[in-house]
Amino acid sequence: MTTATTHEGDHHDHGPATGLMRWVTTTNHKDIGTLYLWLSFIMLLTGGAMAMVIRAELFQPGLQLVEPQFFNSMTTMHGLIMVFGAIMPAFVGLANWLIPMMIGAPDMALPRMNNWSFWILPFAFTMLASTLFMEGGGPAFGWTFYAPLSTTFAPDSTDFFIFAVHMMGISSVMGAINVIATILNMRAPGMTLMKMPLFVWTWLITAYLLIAVMPVLAGAVTMMLTDRHFGTSFFDAAGGGDPVMFQHVFWFFGHPEVYIMILPAFGIISAIIPTFARKPLFGYSSMVYASASIAILSFMVWAHHMFTVGMPVAGELYFMYATVMISVPTGVKIFNWVTTMWRGSMTFETPMLFAIGFVVMFTIGGFSGLMLGVAPVDTQYHDTYFVVAHFHYVLVTGALYSIIAAFYYWVPKWTGHMYDETLGKIHFWWSTIAVNVLFFPQHFLGLAGMPRRIPDYSVQFSEFNMISSLGGFAFGLAQVFFLYIVIKTIKGGEKATDIVWEGATGLEFEQLASPAPYHSFNTAPEIK
Amino acid sequence: MVFKRLSRRLFAPVTAMLSIFFSSFAHAEYVLNMTKGVSTISNDIYDLHMLVMWICFVVGIIVFSVMAYSIMTHRKSKGAVASNFHESTTVEIIWTLVPLAILIAIAVPATATLLDLEDSSKSDVSIQVTGIQWKWRYKYLGEDVEFISSLSEENRDAVSASSPNSVEHYLRDVDKRIVVPVNKKIEFLFTSDDVIHAWWVPELAVKQDTVPGFINTSWAYIEKPGIYRGQCAELCGKDHGFMPIVVEAVTMPEYQKWLVAMRGEQAALAASSDKEWTQAELMAKGESVYKATCAACHGATGAGIPPVFPALAKSPVATGDVKGHINIVMNGKTGTAMQAFKTQLSDVDLAAVITFERNSFGNTVGDLVQPSTIKSLR
Amino acid sequence: MSEQKTEQSADKKSITSKKLFKLVMIPVFMFGFGFALVPLYDVFCNVTGLNGKTGRVEAAMVDQREVDVSRTIKVKFLANTGTGLPWQFKPVVTEMEVHPGQIYEAMYQVSSSADKVTVGQAVPSVSPTEASLHFNKTECFCFSQQELAANETRDMPLRFVINHKIPKEIAEVTLSYTFFNIEKSM
Repeated sequence: MTTATTHEGDHHDHGPATGLMRWVTTTNHKDIGTLYLWLSFIMLLTGGAMAMVIRAELFQPGLQLVEPQFFNSMTTMHGLIMVFGAIMPAFVGLANWLIPMMIGAPDMALPRMNNWSFWILPFAFTMLASTLFMEGGGPAFGWTFYAPLSTTFAPDSTDFFIFAVHMMGISSVMGAINVIATILNMRAPGMTLMKMPLFVWTWLITAYLLIAVMPVLAGAVTMMLTDRHFGTSFFDAAGGGDPVMFQHVFWFFGHPEVYIMILPAFGIISAIIPTFARKPLFGYSSMVYASASIAILSFMVWAHHMFTVGMPVAGELYFMYATVMISVPTGVKIFNWVTTMWRGSMTFETPMLFAIGFVVMFTIGGFSGLMLGVAPVDTQYHDTYFVVAHFHYVLVTGALYSIIAAFYYWVPKWTGHMYDETLGKIHFWWSTIAVNVLFFPQHFLGLAGMPRRIPDYSVQFSEFNMISSLGGFAFGLAQVFFLYIVIKTIKGGEKATDIVWEGATGLEFEQLASPAPYHSFNTAPEIK
Repeated sequence: MVFKRLSRRLFAPVTAMLSIFFSSFAHAEYVLNMTKGVSTISNDIYDLHMLVMWICFVVGIIVFSVMAYSIMTHRKSKGAVASNFHESTTVEIIWTLVPLAILIAIAVPATATLLDLEDSSKSDVSIQVTGIQWKWRYKYLGEDVEFISSLSEENRDAVSASSPNSVEHYLRDVDKRIVVPVNKKIEFLFTSDDVIHAWWVPELAVKQDTVPGFINTSWAYIEKPGIYRGQCAELCGKDHGFMPIVVEAVTMPEYQKWLVAMRGEQAALAASSDKEWTQAELMAKGESVYKATCAACHGATGAGIPPVFPALAKSPVATGDVKGHINIVMNGKTGTAMQAFKTQLSDVDLAAVITFERNSFGNTVGDLVQPSTIKSLR
Repeated sequence: MSEQKTEQSADKKSITSKKLFKLVMIPVFMFGFGFALVPLYDVFCNVTGLNGKTGRVEAAMVDQREVDVSRTIKVKFLANTGTGLPWQFKPVVTEMEVHPGQIYEAMYQVSSSADKVTVGQAVPSVSPTEASLHFNKTECFCFSQQELAANETRDMPLRFVINHKIPKEIAEVTLSYTFFNIEKSM
């Protein structure tokens, strides 16, 4: 089918072409998935290096290493690269690899667009990174780029930042359209919607979120651009605009965005836990409904990021109630995972360890999220390290952990090689200890009154910052170790069986060889 | 055996966390929890914070215990056989409704506190707080007292020398404190001259964004005299981390005395601008004003950080027509970080710093600006 | 590739392109929606008073019979000047006690210390934001740009009325004006 949509009669079934051009011109979902995953790994290490600069500067009070303006561009770039460069492309990569295999399709629905949506990204990130070397420095207004700091008071390089965001947006929208088209049109006969694996379900919901909100982000940066250069005043109070409106537009994108980064993770965890508990997922349909209701709620809570901006009481009350409501469907998910484990027959291979780590630490992040949602108390938490701790628990031990778990879980299917189990376990324990040393003390820092995004701090915050930095360096190193594991697994290793895991279910394990053939399911599989 | 070792391994991070948590109680320096604060509202917020935190603790312990028990017993190595249940509508309804009930229990006190927090009417003292890159302007409404407060000079030196321990309140001390009376309702009116800042003093539980062109309000009723420190909480550019707030709460008579003293100081300052100043006097004064006010952007040597912060050395403004120079320093430049310093500096300071800029960093214009000239342009 | 399969895929593809068009329309629509948020936000603010901007009414529309003399509301006046504008701007009276429903006049004074003509635009803001819904002006210098000659001093009147429907809890209203330089950069 891929061949039918690309080169009529050209037999690709023998395997991929060789050389660099294979990767540039590829329309194969597995190749593109690999490209996405490598890009996101490179971005993870790049953004991680920036985090190391941040933690090194904050290791002790006083300005030692970098200038405040450069520090601000580090926090800005770290956030942008991790969100748009590491987490999102990793999920798109996993979607590319897994969705066709999971629904019994030969490839993605729109393979050439697939190629495009990947190849835009390296250019977008090169452009974004190049701003650091421009006169006046890179963007230094935080990844949330609040106006007017990002408009009237921003460095010239901001225009490149705006264009880079446009490109990332186009890439994400194309990727999302592809996912929706694939899921809705290419399922094997018998693969009804309610038979789809949860990863496919959560990605379908995510893809709808993406096409709904990425254009709003594009609108926001376009308004910034016209404010900067074409005399409009969308966000400029002097011309009758409103800087607070920027925040409303941004968070209208930004809050669904955080669910874009966590919903596929829910899907991954819902695949891994049943496998290693050797027991079907508890409450499949309620998981689907919970994901959908989280997605819908995510459009109605954006202003909880703005409790201190000066809203009317009625607004604050509404956003507080709506926000804490999200913990209900999220709680349902946690309870379902725990119940799936209950009275199972569990083993604890690396993917399962990362999945359990996810459930525990994502829950901790959820608790701090609930606390942050209580508007009057947010007066004290807002823009402190408590918030930093919260979203890193959700995004690092949440989203990133799920991606790592997915790697260990599916890599035998991708490469035909088992990873080294001992190294995998070391990676898990090393990361988990380090990440808690890194982020848990940040709760205390925030409660004690340390604001975020500061290059230097008052001496009473010294101890926890030092602990946090040490954890940070250890966590950073653990991911370099992960790179070693990844390369080692690709190069060789114990031969994986077709089913890979004793308790594995799903088309990709039950009906495909390991490694999966270059074109899977040229004939539609039979669904039981 | 295997199971024991594993469970110990599983709990290693948790034990590590707890031991750090508890050992820290031994040290008075670091703070683990939110401050109770000294205002009525900060106490309510603290109670609410503790309530929600304990609920999270309890729910967390229940969920994690069930999970830990399951991990320890329902494992293949112990011969556990997987059962096959995977649905129960009753259970699902229960764990939708129970959290909902807990949320309502949180929402009731939260609503009450929020309504209280947002009601700043019937205040006894009104202070307008204006955020400026990277300092605060305070204006006591109806009291004719207005001043700028920024990072203290010792602190500035400590920052440039990178010696945080050389001063007592590193990054938390200002040149002029804001003084308020205790047991009075103090209303704060927030706005900004440039970007969005946020005025935050944890002990008062006041954190409010300052938005250019808009006015926001918050209030505090302080019950205990003392000195309370905070800082800017919204990223506002380069020196966001160097914009502290110090509030001194005193008794009413002391507050009245302070107001009188401030008015006297302002009057003396106004009077000094009628005097003729010599070049040497202006240059000396100008250098200290430059260091405190201008050096953050234009650099200690006047080199600036082009193109965002232009150099002053050999600049067309600092070596050109004096009128243009005075205008830009007094009124600022729209759409840039160059502020209107007439609202921040006295006539003497302005005259001195302009004179200094015209005759330093290799600039040799030679003219001097008298404070009286500045006064006439106000 | 068998003949049959190619057909099948072509078949699927045609379904896809219809759906594809619909899918592409979603982001296009949402991009427009991003911009539409601006006027929507203004409408929303006018209805809810979210951003503290004040309303404008015609004097003839104010029904003087609805004056509520039983209530007194304190109105505070603030003034700010944005950067780049060599103006002094202050309220002549800083506080007023008013009855809802009655029209009052307040006065601001502005003076320029520039040696040329300068132009500014005042932007109003009311706190608490709930009050802005009910704070209406019949006449205001903020409705249009103000041009000041060199060294000119001018009194700027403001006529306003607080709607008698203003919520009972509100006992105090702060009205703030900021004069901005409207020549973007000099």
